[in-house]
Amino acid sequence: MTTTQTATAPPKTANPSRAAAGPHIQNAIIKYGFIFVTVALFAFFSLTEPSFRDSATLLDTLRYVSVAAILGLGVTLTMAVGGMDMSVGAVAGLGVTVAAKTMVTYNQVGAVAVIAVIAAGALAGLLNALLIVVLRIPDMLATLGTMFVIQGTKLILVDGQSITPGMTLPDGTTAPGKFTDGFLSIDRGTVAGVPISVVIFGVLTVAAWVFLARTRWGRVLYAIGANPEASRLAGIRVGAYRALAYVLSGVLASVGGLILASRIGQGDVSAGTSQLLEAVAVALVGTSVLGRGRPNVWGTALGAVLIGIITTGLTIKGLPYYTQDVVEGAVLILALVFSFTLSKRRTP
Amino acid sequence: MSPTEPHADASAETAVGAPEDMTVGTPPERPAGAPGDTAVGASPERPAGAPEDTAVGTSPEPSAGAPGETAAVSLRDVSMAFGGKTVLASVSLDIAPGSVVALLGANGAGKSTLIKILSGVRTDHGGQVLVSGEPAALQSPLAARRLGIQTVHQRIGEGIVPGLSVAENLVFEELAQRRGNPFLDGRRLLARAREIQSALDLGWSDALLRQDVTELGISDRQLLILARALATRPRLLILDEPTSALSAAEAERLFALVERMRDDGIAVLYVSHRLGEIDALADRLVVLRDGRLTQDQARPFDWDRALRAMLAQEQGAGTARPTDGNGGTGDVAVSLRGVPLLPGSAPQDLDIRAGEVTGVVGLLGAGKTELARGLFGAEPFTEGVVELDGEPFRPRRPADAIRRGVHLVPEDRHADALIPGWSLARNISLPFLRSLSKAGLVSHAKEDRQGRDTIERLGIVARDEHSTVEQLSGGNQQKVVVGRWLAESPRVLILDEPFRGVDIGARRDIGRRARALAADGSAVVVLSADVDEVLEVADRVVVLAAGEIRLDAYGEDAERDRVIQTLSASV
Repeated sequence: MTTTQTATAPPKTANPSRAAAGPHIQNAIIKYGFIFVTVALFAFFSLTEPSFRDSATLLDTLRYVSVAAILGLGVTLTMAVGGMDMSVGAVAGLGVTVAAKTMVTYNQVGAVAVIAVIAAGALAGLLNALLIVVLRIPDMLATLGTMFVIQGTKLILVDGQSITPGMTLPDGTTAPGKFTDGFLSIDRGTVAGVPISVVIFGVLTVAAWVFLARTRWGRVLYAIGANPEASRLAGIRVGAYRALAYVLSGVLASVGGLILASRIGQGDVSAGTSQLLEAVAVALVGTSVLGRGRPNVWGTALGAVLIGIITTGLTIKGLPYYTQDVVEGAVLILALVFSFTLSKRRTP
Repeated sequence: MSPTEPHADASAETAVGAPEDMTVGTPPERPAGAPGDTAVGASPERPAGAPEDTAVGTSPEPSAGAPGETAAVSLRDVSMAFGGKTVLASVSLDIAPGSVVALLGANGAGKSTLIKILSGVRTDHGGQVLVSGEPAALQSPLAARRLGIQTVHQRIGEGIVPGLSVAENLVFEELAQRRGNPFLDGRRLLARAREIQSALDLGWSDALLRQDVTELGISDRQLLILARALATRPRLLILDEPTSALSAAEAERLFALVERMRDDGIAVLYVSHRLGEIDALADRLVVLRDGRLTQDQARPFDWDRALRAMLAQEQGAGTARPTDGNGGTGDVAVSLRGVPLLPGSAPQDLDIRAGEVTGVVGLLGAGKTELARGLFGAEPFTEGVVELDGEPFRPRRPADAIRRGVHLVPEDRHADALIPGWSLARNISLPFLRSLSKAGLVSHAKEDRQGRDTIERLGIVARDEHSTVEQLSGGNQQKVVVGRWLAESPRVLILDEPFRGVDIGARRDIGRRARALAADGSAVVVLSADVDEVLEVADRVVVLAAGEIRLDAYGEDAERDRVIQTLSASV
């Protein structure tokens, strides 16, 4: 048609000279929009609610989001290879049960529980890798499948009951062990006033960032996500790296499980289920931060903090807890608009 | 139509004459029918709906715009450019009803763009398309179909709807467009499908029509797509590489159908790389080269001329690079013994020598890419013995080949080489990141230096090493892909169609690098369908056809005429 003139003409030709005011503003919105929203909300809550300014509130917020954030880091790794891990919540829940079983039923010390939980996470990651890399099941479906299997395994492990210290075991005896103090301090203890779980969150974020953004392995993960065939033809063992991403995701999810177990102080069988959506949301929000449109560690961490600020702020404002999901969902959708709708227009 | 207010005109007359205002190469004020072409002479007053009658019972001879006959579809000065590069330059072509016109051209010649324009997928072209002599606005695939232009695309999967029955697939276009009753009437549907199958003599039983379409074999699917296109009684049927997935016997079935259509007065535009099919089927042959129609032949075809027009850029004599009698004296880097290049083709022996550039010429499907990918481990050879410097060499994946110093620049740089959104430096460093890292940490300083070195060595035109690959032209993108493999000097460098979509300057630069590499003792293999591209860089030319080596010659013995004759003898 005559009306379609130069606007639709050459695709893929990035034209730097066309950078008029409009695209500039739009780029800025895409790039900094989400950070701006976070800062603005933080300022708003700080100004209107004196109790929000309290540093204890802030640390509590970070403590609250640390589990979802660490799970989100794992999801970020799998998203970097172009996949997705839907099983992180279930793996974290498995961690809670394994921790309780190890300490309460088998009367082991906290360190043994930590090792057992992380081993379980790595195993779950290997299972995902097997299904996705070897059996070629699409990532989303495979991890959805393992999610159910892991949840079910967890229930079988404990005969469907939550494990609490002093409970009566099926053979009639009383459970000999308890959550050790050392284990409980993972979430309840502090280092220089900072909760240990927040420290773990910080350390893992930095470690994940170094891994993904600074090492050749991280580079390769991103390459696979962007063009798997080109990566293979550049000599990359694509399958091995994808497997690595899922195993690391499983391990990270189990660390989240450790924090969760420490927080709950018992082997709650329902633990972890609500963490899945938050972890995925956090990682997806992360893709919109700094307008990169791709999974990145700082984005995920910031996304977690943002969701924490919003939830805490609204709770202090007196919004009932059951509205949280709606708010978080809205934040996610907003982030996705930044990531996809707006940035698509930028690079057609 | 006034040239000063094209918008108003276009909105008022969407059906007629819209595209000519888009003209790139021709004056915009030219009214429809003005050039006085024989084909258009009497047309303006004819109502648009009526032209079928002219299409039936015309002379069977191939007739390019013969006086007194209206072409089913005509192109008038159709041109197209993307990003400053001309893809089609003023192409004019008449396709007469009841004739099969074969369109030939190497990759990147503009064939697929031409098909997209005719099928209404691309609308931003210059010039005009006439359907039965009337200027036509092909502003969407639907509009093209309504005007009677049906296209059967190369990828059969795109036309099949899995989960529906064969009958439903056969009448899918009617299903998709039907207004009124939204409920499917199985019996009526089957009746209609039966009608189509008997009109075209497909020999399909009711049981087969009721089957799920995914139970059909590939050739039956191809027939189904064809039958669906024909059920609408098109004026022009475009077949894009219709036999690429078919065996010889299956192809015969398709040819019978194509001949039937032609006898029914349908115009057929047949795009294929298989010259034998064209020889058997086409009434007329046109060759597209770099966006221009360079040949137009009626039967009997002169294949030598056609291939020359398609594959060679220069006339006259031309040979591979003189070897001063030293051809074939270098060490054998790679030796193949008894390796079939295509499934079921005869096993081949080939020695590739160090210190020289081996050029491999062949059309699409000759086994070039299979040779390249087999040596690189991307699609390992299933039979035969390969040795690299006298040692057994059986790469099972590209990583194995790279470790032994065998590198490949693949045919399709976007799909198989470049990482989108990444900077030039990162794209270059990808295969050998290890050498730029310490304890796993990538040294950005080293990486950037490598990027700058490559920019300099290959003459890449880019702002700096941080430019993303999307900001580069095709030629410079190709240099990035080549440069990536020069970081660790290869024992064997394989370049599969390295000059496709690459400007002449970049082609020379890449060719020079390839020669320098050979002079340093590497074995370089350049595979291309373009004879001149190969002659320009190669010391030795190997001609492949149907998976077999038909010619293997050095220096002055590798003459352009000989190469082309070898290719045309394989038709």
